[in-house]
Amino acid sequence: MPTAIAPLAITAWTASSAVGLGRVALASALEQRNSGLIRNDFTATALPCWIGRVAGIEQVTVPDNLARYDCRNNRLAWLAIEQDGFIDAARACIERHGADRVALLIGTSTGSIAVTEEGYRLLEDGRIPDSLRERLLHTPHSLGVFLAEALGTRGPCLTIATACSSSAKIFASAERLLRLGLADAAIVAGVDTLCGSVLFGFNALELVSPEPCRPFDIDRRGISIGEAAGFAILERHDDVSGHAGPWLLGHGESSDAWHMSTPHPEGLGAALALDAALVRAGLAPQQIDYINLHGTATRKNDEVEAAVIAQRFPATTRASSSKGWTGHTLGAAGILEAAISLTAIEHNLVPATLNCERLDPACGPQLALANEWRHVRTAMSNSFGFGGNNCSLIFSRDRLN
Amino acid sequence: MTVFVTGIGFWARGLPDWPAAVAALTGNELAPSSATRPTAALLPAGERRRAPESVLLACEVAGQACAAAGLDPAALPSVFASNHGDMTITDAICATLAENPLETSPIKFHNSVHNAASGYWTIANECRAPSMAISAGPVSFAAGLFEAAVQACGSQSPVLLAAYDVPAPGPLRDIARHTEPFGVAFVLAADDSHGGQRLRLRMNARVSKNTFSELPPSLQALAEANDSAACLPLLAALANKRIATIELPAGTGTSLTIEVGHAESSA
Repeated sequence: MPTAIAPLAITAWTASSAVGLGRVALASALEQRNSGLIRNDFTATALPCWIGRVAGIEQVTVPDNLARYDCRNNRLAWLAIEQDGFIDAARACIERHGADRVALLIGTSTGSIAVTEEGYRLLEDGRIPDSLRERLLHTPHSLGVFLAEALGTRGPCLTIATACSSSAKIFASAERLLRLGLADAAIVAGVDTLCGSVLFGFNALELVSPEPCRPFDIDRRGISIGEAAGFAILERHDDVSGHAGPWLLGHGESSDAWHMSTPHPEGLGAALALDAALVRAGLAPQQIDYINLHGTATRKNDEVEAAVIAQRFPATTRASSSKGWTGHTLGAAGILEAAISLTAIEHNLVPATLNCERLDPACGPQLALANEWRHVRTAMSNSFGFGGNNCSLIFSRDRLN
Repeated sequence: MTVFVTGIGFWARGLPDWPAAVAALTGNELAPSSATRPTAALLPAGERRRAPESVLLACEVAGQACAAAGLDPAALPSVFASNHGDMTITDAICATLAENPLETSPIKFHNSVHNAASGYWTIANECRAPSMAISAGPVSFAAGLFEAAVQACGSQSPVLLAAYDVPAPGPLRDIARHTEPFGVAFVLAADDSHGGQRLRLRMNARVSKNTFSELPPSLQALAEANDSAACLPLLAALANKRIATIELPAGTGTSLTIEVGHAESSA
């Protein structure tokens, strides 16, 4: 059984998605209910669906000395890391602790697979063209090496690729490294970008909605796929005296042991993950003010997640899915929705469940359909991925004790 | 950080388990094995048919390690480490996307996630413990070993590590050096209550290179033919029950120092 952990200070964070670059754009889109979803203009082969595309990635240039790692995923990372002064905060953190004491943990699902896809479209005599043969770009760890070289970290570095829970699990991994004293700070990053594999792959599974996704709506028709990047710096509380907040209070991970692409029908794995997060945070369910749900808008996910939340939390815990704003950003969803949870805390805003008009009766009274302005001191974020891979995180405004 | 290796699984062509690998690593003669495909006996027959090769390989070595440790797979958190995941699936999906993306196979797509092995493994064993799938490029074994050790020490309970990569097919041969399948698995415990050989791990900010020169020649070739086989010098020390210090590259400007000792020598 897990035991309570010491809260970790979140000393810097930022997120960029289809609703805009950085925290101000994110908060303002949430406050004004401005969705970032647009009709699919990304795929050469027509696919009638809506996507959460980040504007301007095509114009980004990565630093000259890292030009060999140029690709859509690393461009989005570079665009996003420059928001909210994050890159300066990361460099100051490395300076403060020493490069070998700063871990770099990456979450992504598809990374730079778009480069491999392009290589196959442009095969020359059955071979990937020379210009696309940078080996690293064809591995899930492309972003990890790109960022390690860009920032100069020399601590533990790896990529967690557990589909849609990837960039939630990096927080759990960071907490263990810091607790054991194997690093003094962790830079966590989650980035996933649009690519053929996910658009046509989810389409093949008949999980892509022809209209903007409608999480928890009785007539929901599936997901809208998006892209996003998020970053955070985690440090031990004793190293950051005077840090006012926010904090990472708890994390919980589990496996469904059920099916590769369908959640456990009773949400057994999901419940284990959020229970473990509550235990590590030392909180009871009624102490959670807001839950950012996984809420993908597939028939199955929302039905199962709704029941788990309805069973466990009182009506005073408010819950919503933000995927109507950003789409499902897959490997980046964990950190993007961690950022939305932190936004909820910072602005005392429970975001609506955008596009949900007629609530699925499986939902309990926790579901927020409209924006609600109320005190949010604690927030939980759920991420559930293919393979039945689950992770829940709990954040707070202050240390609670 | 100190952990104890309480069970080992191994699979390579002709060396279908850890005892076979020990014989090869200690320079002993061995009856040739005709094993060309991992059996992954822990997977139900239907799943074995559906699963891609990388999943069979990972589940084979993971099952061996749990059996050697005498631990129930259902209870163990797991870390699955692979540079590339399943390259046969990547090849098939990218080829379809280039030809007619609307014909993308739903089964191949769900098998394409980097955590496919973790998914099949936890499903087959009804394991609801946390499971991780990681990549760190060519140093994925070292990163996976470190992560699994962190988890074992963090929870004070045993953790399963499986590291594997499969040969690159078709156009992927130009971007990955894997020409041989290779898989290895450890059950790692945070203390010596289950016995096992001791590993002391330390991440350092210095550059190191893989050195395979002390391996028997046939295993040098294997080490060069698969990124996950970078663990072979460590396996050689474990097989020979030798006290040794192994240095593995572990990322940009970092390396993992592994001091191999024994449970009974408790320094």
